[in-house]
Amino acid sequence: MAHIISDEIMEYVGILAKLELSKEEKEQAKKDMGNLFDYIDKLNELDTDGIEPMSHIFPMENVFREDIVENQEDREAILANAPKKKNGSFQVPKTVE
Amino acid sequence: MDEMALTALELAKKIRKKEISVWEAVKAALINIEKREDILHGYITVDQEGAKKRAEIVQKRIDAKELLGVFAGVPVAVKDNICTKGILTTCSSKILENFIPTYSAEAILNLERAGAVLIGKTNMDEFAMGSTTETSYYGVTRNPWDIEHVPGGSSGGSCAAVAAEECSFALGSDTGGSIRQPSSFCGVTGLKPTYGTVSRYGLIAYASSLDQIGPIAKDVSDCAAILETIASYDPKDSTSVKRKYYNFTSALVEDVAGLRIGIPKDYFGEGLDLEVKRAIEHAVKVLEERGAFVEEFDLSFVEYAIPAYYIIASAEASSNLARFDGVKYGYRTKDDTRLHQMYKKTRSEGFGAEVKKRIMLGSFVLSSGYYDAYYLKALKTKTLIKKAFDRAFEKYDVIVAPVAPTTAPKLGESLCDPLKMYLGDIYTISANLAGLPGISVPCGVDKKGLPIGMQLIGNCFEEDKVIRAAYTWERSQEYKRCPIVKEETKLYC
Repeated sequence: MAHIISDEIMEYVGILAKLELSKEEKEQAKKDMGNLFDYIDKLNELDTDGIEPMSHIFPMENVFREDIVENQEDREAILANAPKKKNGSFQVPKTVE
Repeated sequence: MDEMALTALELAKKIRKKEISVWEAVKAALINIEKREDILHGYITVDQEGAKKRAEIVQKRIDAKELLGVFAGVPVAVKDNICTKGILTTCSSKILENFIPTYSAEAILNLERAGAVLIGKTNMDEFAMGSTTETSYYGVTRNPWDIEHVPGGSSGGSCAAVAAEECSFALGSDTGGSIRQPSSFCGVTGLKPTYGTVSRYGLIAYASSLDQIGPIAKDVSDCAAILETIASYDPKDSTSVKRKYYNFTSALVEDVAGLRIGIPKDYFGEGLDLEVKRAIEHAVKVLEERGAFVEEFDLSFVEYAIPAYYIIASAEASSNLARFDGVKYGYRTKDDTRLHQMYKKTRSEGFGAEVKKRIMLGSFVLSSGYYDAYYLKALKTKTLIKKAFDRAFEKYDVIVAPVAPTTAPKLGESLCDPLKMYLGDIYTISANLAGLPGISVPCGVDKKGLPIGMQLIGNCFEEDKVIRAAYTWERSQEYKRCPIVKEETKLYC
């Protein structure tokens, strides 16, 4: 079955992904994602009933360590990467009126 | 003397013996960069001044006998998604156009301890999403064997730089074939280790459950020695594995007597270029003559690897790339008066088309109502693929396969048909899903004069068998330098 990606789905995904596409980008993405989903549907041929999903290859355990600061003091170097900064902090647009 | 024609280990030996200074070695790489980069564009950043300083320090430490590392003084290039302290690291994206890491990746620190001299950062597909290095915001890299063709990807810059002798060796990263496929296209050797072998600390994440850093070099010996250098257990990477052995060079043995090689029939059927097929069959025959036991078998589930991969990788990418929001580093939109608008615009202006597409796909397959149908289904498929490999490795030590269905496509051919490009990863992607080590070694050249690679895949933690088989094959033939390097050498001699 051919997948048609609707404008509603694109809008929904745009909200989740925090992306705003131009009209052209949106049309292209709709087409490409539709094609990809057609292909992804191939997985439905597989009977996966009773199969455990595998997120990691090896058994994962929590890695604990002592709560000791190991990083060096590099506040200035970190802030040097900030697009906007003020008084030694990252500056963001006003969020609370 | 042509220092850059040497392997990294050979060059290191000359430096140790004081036949050549560290700066002479580094300068030789920089000269090749200057000669070829206008056309090839394997690098995003060439740090000439920094390289000179590092070369001086390394030389002093060699002279003081403080530095005895295997790669002391050898010039190395690093893929631009691996953080290097104080050196621009862009991930080939506009969104990181001005990002200067405040720390180096663990793999870089390991290289520095061995004395390697970083000379620059190499081009790649944006956020490693692509198979041609054409999705880079900073322009395409050309294949040194034929500049009308792509170098492959996503570690295309690293592989082109090694082939064009613009560095002695390079680091890449492999999420779905991004070390092995460009190595194949550029006629060099590239190794993806078992998942968890090389720390991912400082590797800018694409799909964390699949990403691995690995070496790209002229031969198997270099790759084994580089892996031995960069592999380490690192508590800073929660998926880092404490391995029983880190000595990969002891596997450099020219002997495959009794080694059981499995040939998955499903990898040699429809879609595989005949010249590629013949080249690999020839190499397998050589290994058989050397005493390996060779048998065909059905791997199964092969055609389900790509759809499962795109779901899993995109899902992880959508989460990993949420951090790029214009607050702490990188690009920020000019339209930044309202917070959510700022996030949206920053990301929409900062990411390229392929990256946006995968983030959206990932967000979708993780969203409520679709999670079970897509993401969970993909994880279950991963289980089936892993089990298929488990069964295969009960019978075989090494699986031999193509790296890619064809040799390097022409520039511009792949991006107009993305699904076809995705399908090109069919032979490499399963190793990532199952966490397996895989190596790509050159095994011939097609009629167009483009290199062909052979892939050897091992069971988890069995790099030794892969290295031994690849080394034995390699010893039966000579390393082929790419034409532009040979022609120029003639000119300069």
